[in-house]
Order: sequence, then structure tokens, then C-alpha cells
Amino acid sequence: MYTILKKRKLSDVTNEMVLDAPHVARRARSGQFVIVRIDERSERIPLTIADYDRSAGTITILFQEVGKSTMQLGTLQEGDHLLTCAGPLGNPTRVDHYGTVVCVGGGVGVAPIFPIARDLKEAGNTIISIIGARTRQLLIWEDRMRTVSDELIVCTDDGSYGRKALVTEPLKEVLEQRHVDRVWAVGPAIMMKFVALTTKPHNVPTVVSLNPIMVDGTGMCGCCRVLIGGQVRFVCVEGPQFDAHEVDWENLLMRMQYYKDEERLAVEHWKEHRCRLEQAEQEAEKERHRHG
Amino acid sequence: MAELTPKERMQIPRQEMPAQDPLERRYNFNEVALGFDFETARREAERCLQCKNPTCMDGCPVGVLIPQFIRHLREGDMAGAVVAMKERNSLPAICGRVCPQEVQCEATCVLAKRGAPVAIGRLERFVGDYELARRTCPLVRAAPTGMRVAVVGSGPAGLTCAVELGRRGHQVTIFESLHAAGGVLIYGIPEFRLPKWIVHAEIDYAMECLGIEIRTDHVVGRTITLDELLADYDAVFLGTGAGLPTLLNVPGVNLNGVMSANEFLTRVNLMKAYLFPEYDTPIKVGRKVAVIGAGNVAMDAARCALRLQHMRAEKEGGEPGQVYIVYRRSRQEVPARAEEFHHAEEEGVIFEFLTNPVEILGDEQKRVRGLRCVRMQLGEPDASGRRRPVPIPGSEFDLDVDMVIIAVGTTPNPVVFLNTYGLERTKEGTVVADMTTLRTTKPRVWAGGDVVTGAATVVSAMGAGKVAAADMHRFLCGEFSESEWWPAQVEAPTAGA
Repeated sequence: MYTILKKRKLSDVTNEMVLDAPHVARRARSGQFVIVRIDERSERIPLTIADYDRSAGTITILFQEVGKSTMQLGTLQEGDHLLTCAGPLGNPTRVDHYGTVVCVGGGVGVAPIFPIARDLKEAGNTIISIIGARTRQLLIWEDRMRTVSDELIVCTDDGSYGRKALVTEPLKEVLEQRHVDRVWAVGPAIMMKFVALTTKPHNVPTVVSLNPIMVDGTGMCGCCRVLIGGQVRFVCVEGPQFDAHEVDWENLLMRMQYYKDEERLAVEHWKEHRCRLEQAEQEAEKERHRHG
Repeated sequence: MAELTPKERMQIPRQEMPAQDPLERRYNFNEVALGFDFETARREAERCLQCKNPTCMDGCPVGVLIPQFIRHLREGDMAGAVVAMKERNSLPAICGRVCPQEVQCEATCVLAKRGAPVAIGRLERFVGDYELARRTCPLVRAAPTGMRVAVVGSGPAGLTCAVELGRRGHQVTIFESLHAAGGVLIYGIPEFRLPKWIVHAEIDYAMECLGIEIRTDHVVGRTITLDELLADYDAVFLGTGAGLPTLLNVPGVNLNGVMSANEFLTRVNLMKAYLFPEYDTPIKVGRKVAVIGAGNVAMDAARCALRLQHMRAEKEGGEPGQVYIVYRRSRQEVPARAEEFHHAEEEGVIFEFLTNPVEILGDEQKRVRGLRCVRMQLGEPDASGRRRPVPIPGSEFDLDVDMVIIAVGTTPNPVVFLNTYGLERTKEGTVVADMTTLRTTKPRVWAGGDVVTGAATVVSAMGAGKVAAADMHRFLCGEFSESEWWPAQVEAPTAGA
């Protein structure tokens, strides 16, 4: 059992949680992830470790409510427990002194890019960060990103905050205007694909952190397999970070759609269940009033 | 019952295992084999000749005291039968269900020569279930030795090793990467063959008796390294199995609708996806499913797929569909346990023998639409002694399927070896170990089960757990030291299997 020590809502659908998980925190490094389960019926949910505190024995996770599992996770409060927290999984970021590094984070992808940018900054790199979201409300961790960046560019798709642009637009300008040694990008698969397309003509080595469907997360099932340079690779044990220019994006995007119908069904089932639960609670409340 | 003559005993027919009707059981995940009742068990036990020099035990990797437990059973002394059983096997309810008895104890039973050996496996299950329901024979722990042992992996090898060391008074901690203990017993073998409550109950009981702690969610290699374990514990046993699926090396392997049997079975067994959406993990099953391979894992995947198809048809109407097993050799070479093969045929799995896949075909949406195969014929015997299948030129044909499950084998998961040094492995990825002691090339580390041999059976892994435990015990008692790790001070063994 892993206790939720802190919970903060960053938007209607974005949640930040600090978990008591000393066994994960002691070896956690940027770029790695955990698998969590809420209760006996849960699936195994992979979430990037957005931050960790070794001395406190805690890790920070951040997630957007997009499906049944993350919606349920979002209902949990401080003091509640998770049944599973396995990790740290995957390979940590290869931190080195590269020179100038651009760190791109999109949506909740800003959370996993944060510890990567911090490590790269500590290793002496100049960090130019570009973070974006669909709209202002969904933009997260701007303040944190500022602390680890030499320069920070903020954009929103709808222009409600910062520059009205997709993250690839300022990225393109930076690449055209100065020398960049490396690019790191974390966000929705489609964003990472376009980051790869943007950096390719400039021949700038680009690392992305992939987020395919996983089951066990320990190399046992192969559900998360992707094609890297034509070779089958397991994201959970060989990744999650890969050379963006080697990724077969079409294959990844297609495989991520495989359970779309089931995901929709699970959300409907969950909403119905919540509805009934709330009704029952209201009934019980009325009952109490009648007797009180 | 009056004492029977050997002739009379041999006239008693081998007792059939009562089973769920094949047509009905396709609609549920309940156990297929229902188990003997007391009368049937005793009648079967009467068949045992109580040989002066019994050969049945030679066929058992853990050396179960077969004639003894059968004699007690025959006399109606269940307490005696349980004690005799548990002397050598701490997980009888599991072994009675999943051991391939026809190539082990029942193959070496003297009655096998006359065609019908004593149904030792069924009797073992009967005794195991009896004990599980009553819990009258707790495992006893010797006085604490103060020695600490880490066991990596809670599958058959790790559990057995832990139990054997626990009985000898050592303090054992098991590290398990998943959220539940049992390894392949939990994620691989389906409910209808080995109900999960039995696995949980057997493990909980043994761990409780011996004060063994299981730390789930600990991925050794990531959460904690082997070298860190060696700093904290006096000895380490690696029983991490063979969990990495081998995929086919054919075009189309990354299409939607192609998955490893490990994925399919993990979704169904560990995550209970057959109960989606009551349980969160989804599963899809095709209208026409091809399972590649004919081992136990292939049979399990095929029979799970068949059940999911029938449950869907029952819920939504329409035809259930078909499940094919595509196997490159012939019926005679099928490596699965005889009973599983038989059950799969009974349930309506279609077998395509002497057939090999060459390409998985996809539609515009990159979903499976067929499996291109080639027919095979058997040539000269290969290294395994089985006749090597060779393709028949020009015999290509397309099998109309919309899902492909790959069950052609597994190799050890390399994660456990991350950040560790001095542990030699073969090019197949198995750990190099001395086969008589199961010592690895790294002092104070033993290994056994599939991680050493490559994918094999539950009971052979249990046997390895026992062998390692015996040598570990000698080490922990100070009979030899780390500097005497290789007794003759010659070179380390070089073969893993």
C-alpha cells in the first residue's frame, strides 16, 4: 500500500500527487516511470516519475484524466492508498555535457521533461525550454521549468496564454537561429512525431520518451513494442527514450489506437457507476435528514 | 476393504477424472477437471501394487514419496497421506494439476507397461485439495539460524527454494516484480486449469507457516540490484524464469491484432480481462484466431481465446468463430501435456499440423487480415531428436484470420541482470550454473528453473529450487566458504543446460 501524501489539482483534469514509495525513490532517476494500480480491479497504469525526493522517500506523479483509470485515480484524495507502485522502470536519461539542449514539453509531457531538463542543466548544458498546451488552463509547471531553463518559451494552441503556436513553431525558429546540440521532447505521440520531423532537416540528435500501451511494464508481454530503425524494441525495458528519427511513428500511433473502443466503453461504464454511486449517496443523505 | 491380490488390483480400471462437459465449459473459465471424490480416490489408490522397489519416484523431479502417500490414502489415513506428501512437495494442489505426469511418475509406474499407470497426478491433487481445505499439516520451521536469504522471483522455483530454506530455519525474503506472487502460476496458467484461489491459498499458507516475507512491486535490476541484495543477505537465489516472449521473425509482426501469448495470457489471467469492464484491463479476441506453437502455453492461449469467443457470442449473438493452432511439426511431436492437447481438441480447437507461418497479412488500417503459411514435411532428426520440419516448395496458402497469438517460446528476462557483474550467461540468455549445485559464476548466487534451463515445466523448476536450497543450506551452515565456491578450483562450468 502506497499512501498519497499530497494531491493538487492543476486544472479540472490535471492532477499532481506525491506518493510515499521509498523503494522507488531511492533509485529513481529522470526519464524513468512507475506502474500503479488503484485497487484489485485496476489495470497496471504506467506514469512517468515527474520528481522524486530520496530522503523523504517520495515520488511525484502527474496525470491528466483521459480514460477510466486516470479518472478514477483523480477521485483519490490525500491519505488514500494505491495498491501497486512498481519501479523505477525503464532506462534513465543519458545525461552528459552536450552544449545547448532544447527541451520540449507538451501537455502533461511538461512533467516528465522537467527532471530531464534539471539533470541536463546540472550537467552544465544551456537549456532552452519550450512548453505548450492546448489552452492556458492545461499548461502546467511553468514556474518549475523556469528554474531549470536558461530560456523559456511558452505557447498555447489557442493563444490564451503565451505565444499562439504549436511547440514545433518556436522549435523551428530556434533551430534556424542558433546552434543546438540536442533536442529532448516529451508529450503526445503526435507532437513528438512533429518534433522529429522538425529537427530532422537540421540533423540535430533528438530524444523522445514514448508512451505506448503497456500491461506488465517489466518486459514480459511485448505489448509496448515499437519499431526503432526497423527493429522490434520493447519500450518498457529498452526505452522509454529513443532516437526520434528512428521511430516508426505510424506504427506507434496505430498501435496506440488498438483498444479505443474498449477505452470508450470503460469510461461509459465508469460514469454510469459514479452516477449510481452519487444517487445512492443522495438517497442516503435524504434518509438521514428524514430521520434526523 | 479386504486386502486385494495384485491380480485383483490390476483388474480395477484406471479411474476417469470427472470433467466439465466440453461444450459447456467453452462458455466459462471454471475449472475443467473437477477432481476425485474420496471413493474414487481410494479405488484408484487400490490399483497401486506397492512395489518393493518402486520406480514411480524416479520420474518425479521433486521425489514425492509416491508409494507411501498412496498407501496411507488407500488405508483411509488422510493425515498420513498429507504428511507423506508434504515431506517432499509443499505445493501438491498445484503439482497435481499442472505436472505432465504422463512423462514423469506415471511413465515410470510399473503399470504403465500394461497401458494404464496409477493416476498418481489425480491422487496427488486429491491429497493436496484435502489439505488445502483443512490445513491440518502446517510446514514446520527449524530453530532460526540467523542467516538471511533473498529469493528473486516467486514462481515455482523461487517458492520451492524459499520453502525449503524456511523449513531449515533461515530467514527468507522473496522479491517479486509483479503485484501478486506465483509467477507463471498466476500470469500464465489459466483459471480453468489452475484456479487462482488455489495458488494464493497454497502460497499464503506456506509463507505464513515459515515466516517468509514477499515483497511485491520489486523489480530486481531496477528497484534493487543483485549486488545490493548480496550486501544485505547471506545468499541469493535467482528464480526469475523465462519471461521474455520470443516473437516471430516474419513480416507483419507489429500489426494490430498480433500479440505474444504472454500478453494475451497476462491480460486474461493476471489482470482478469475476461471480466472487462468489471475489471479494467481490456482484451480483444478475433473471430478467427491463429495460435502459433503447440506447447502448453499455446494450448492455454487457444483455449482462452475459444472461451472469449463463446462468451462474446453468448452476450452479443452471432457465431463464436474459430481458433486454429498452427504447428510446424506433426501430431506426434506436440510438446503440450497430453491432457491439455486432448481438452483443446475436445473443445473444438482446430489443428493445422505441419504448417509454418511465413507472413502476417494486414489490411489498410494495419490490422491482421490473414496468415500466410507454408506446408511442411518431416525430414531427418535434428538436435532435439525430433524430425526436422522442412517446407514443401510451392505449398503456400493463406489462412483467413484476424488475430495472431505467438506462442513459440520465451527466454529469461534480462532486466534482473542490469547493474550487476560477474554473472555469466549463455548466448541464449540463460544463467550459467553448475547443474549439481546450481551455483552460478558469482559467489553466493544460485539460480534454478527456467532462468537456467530455458522454458520448461513447473515441477522441474520446483526440483531446481530444492537442489539449490540443499546446497545453499550447506553454505549457510558453514560447510564450505565463498573461497571454495568452485570446489576443485578449476574453471567455472560453461554450459547452462
